[in-house]
Amino acid sequence: MTLLVLERVTRRFGGLVAVDAVDLSVAPGGVTAIIGPNGAGKTTLFHLISGFQTPDLGRITFQGRDITGEPPERIAAHGLVRTFQLVQLFRDLTAIENVKVGCHLQTRGGVLTALVRPKGAREAETQVTATARELLAFVGLDASAELPASALTYGRQRLLEIARALAAKPKLLLLDEPAAGLNSEETRLLAAAIRRIAAGGTTVLLIEHDMNLVMTTADTVAVLDFGKKIAEGTPRSVREDPAVVAAYLGTAEGAHA
Amino acid sequence: MTTSRNIIWRDRLAAVAPALPWTIALAILGYAFLAGGYLVTVMSFALIYAIFVTGLNVFMGYAGQVTFGHNAFAALSGYGSAVLTASYGWQPLTAFAAGMALALGGALVVGYPTLRLKGHYLAMATLAIGLIVYEVAVQWQAVTGGYMGISGIPPLGVGGFEIMSDRAQLAFLLLVLVLATWSAMRLRASRFGRALVAIAGSEDAARALGIDVAHYKLMAFLISAAYAALAGSLFVHVVGFVSPEVFGLHMVVLAFTMLYVGGIGTAAGPLVGAVIISLLPETFRALKDYQDLAYGAGLILLLIYAPKGLAALGRLIPRSKES
Repeated sequence: MTLLVLERVTRRFGGLVAVDAVDLSVAPGGVTAIIGPNGAGKTTLFHLISGFQTPDLGRITFQGRDITGEPPERIAAHGLVRTFQLVQLFRDLTAIENVKVGCHLQTRGGVLTALVRPKGAREAETQVTATARELLAFVGLDASAELPASALTYGRQRLLEIARALAAKPKLLLLDEPAAGLNSEETRLLAAAIRRIAAGGTTVLLIEHDMNLVMTTADTVAVLDFGKKIAEGTPRSVREDPAVVAAYLGTAEGAHA
Repeated sequence: MTTSRNIIWRDRLAAVAPALPWTIALAILGYAFLAGGYLVTVMSFALIYAIFVTGLNVFMGYAGQVTFGHNAFAALSGYGSAVLTASYGWQPLTAFAAGMALALGGALVVGYPTLRLKGHYLAMATLAIGLIVYEVAVQWQAVTGGYMGISGIPPLGVGGFEIMSDRAQLAFLLLVLVLATWSAMRLRASRFGRALVAIAGSEDAARALGIDVAHYKLMAFLISAAYAALAGSLFVHVVGFVSPEVFGLHMVVLAFTMLYVGGIGTAAGPLVGAVIISLLPETFRALKDYQDLAYGAGLILLLIYAPKGLAALGRLIPRSKES
């Protein structure tokens, strides 16, 4: 069974068709990358999948359930969790508190639980702390647990955001340009982390500009250009696809220049 | 040698610093209790305001939202208590329960649509609520007594037992404040509180992690309204009188000053802010005509040198790296 299915998903902004009848299937397991030139509609596609925007046409199915037009919090509850192109951390909270917030869907309890603090809630809290520590160690941030998120370097903030998303135990993790702003060493660490996430059973769908990251992590690559999917396949086959080469380097007619 | 000793002292100071704002506020309250007289009255008002501001802190400090209208919920509950006890002879406790229900009902009706608004729009909408309730209190003379208000409200008490003396009242208010602060701290240190501070940090990120932002905002709004209602009822019983001015825009301005001077988002901030701001006019009273000027200058100095509030001052002491 496919995990995520997009059928003719379309989104217009005025006269511009940002995402144009895109079909996409993501199988469970592994890493799928969506690449494409700037303005190809990649981020809009992510907004549509994660519920931050609603498609004008088409259908999005996650685990056999139609999630088209559902709000982000409900889509997250289904097990589809995203990160952001511009890191969206809770800046005043410490690194570990950020990850604890990520555990929101894994725990229960509101105002009454907070006030009464029954045994079950105390145990859950201990569990949340343990999970948060594990995830910080997983992305190599265990030494920074008590630092405010805003005090971390940009690269570490990206890793922290991924750790926080993992705390929600997603079945599908959406990473929006995770390597943006990272140096080559940080990108290498990120690639290793992504492979380990996939090996742990979480399916990864990522948007990326950094071809090196895509070639070293992705099992499947889909290429968007002007809102349309123009190619799909293994990293190797996509790289040699003439349509993809044309999209990135411009065609003889200069249509995309 | 001297540097390492300095470091040790600095670390000791940094370790006790978080307790400092509590200690100062409680010392002032303790002094007032022993000294008696007018200072007891001033501190009673300070404690009632501290309860109101503690609620405001949940909505504004934790969840990062804005409201100029929580005086409305203090007014609903305050008038509820006043009318039911003074005009209908209810027990203060049952009247308080009714007033609280009225305030929470009002907060639910108001909060559900307005919390969809963001930033300035939410602020404007809440400001309107405060003004509307004020107007109703002025115009609905048959029930509220209009500008003249309602007098003869009995003191706090259960059954035949009444809290009569000023000192006993102060002690009781302190007990209520301790419970209110304790509840707020428990809320902050829970899954619920984490969701609120997440919303303050980034609504998008909170939603992406499965937090129902609209629901949590409404809950924070209701909780702060409950605190406001508690403060409103306590106020009318302590003073024995209520009029529209008591819960006017002045209340909002004063509460904001207390919240920011004390330290928004901190646990001790509401109490420290309320105690200090209540004392400032008394301190400057000797200056007569220049009283307001001195008060204003004091506020400005506080906000320049303690921009995160008095409760956060302790954090300014740097700890050595090793500790």
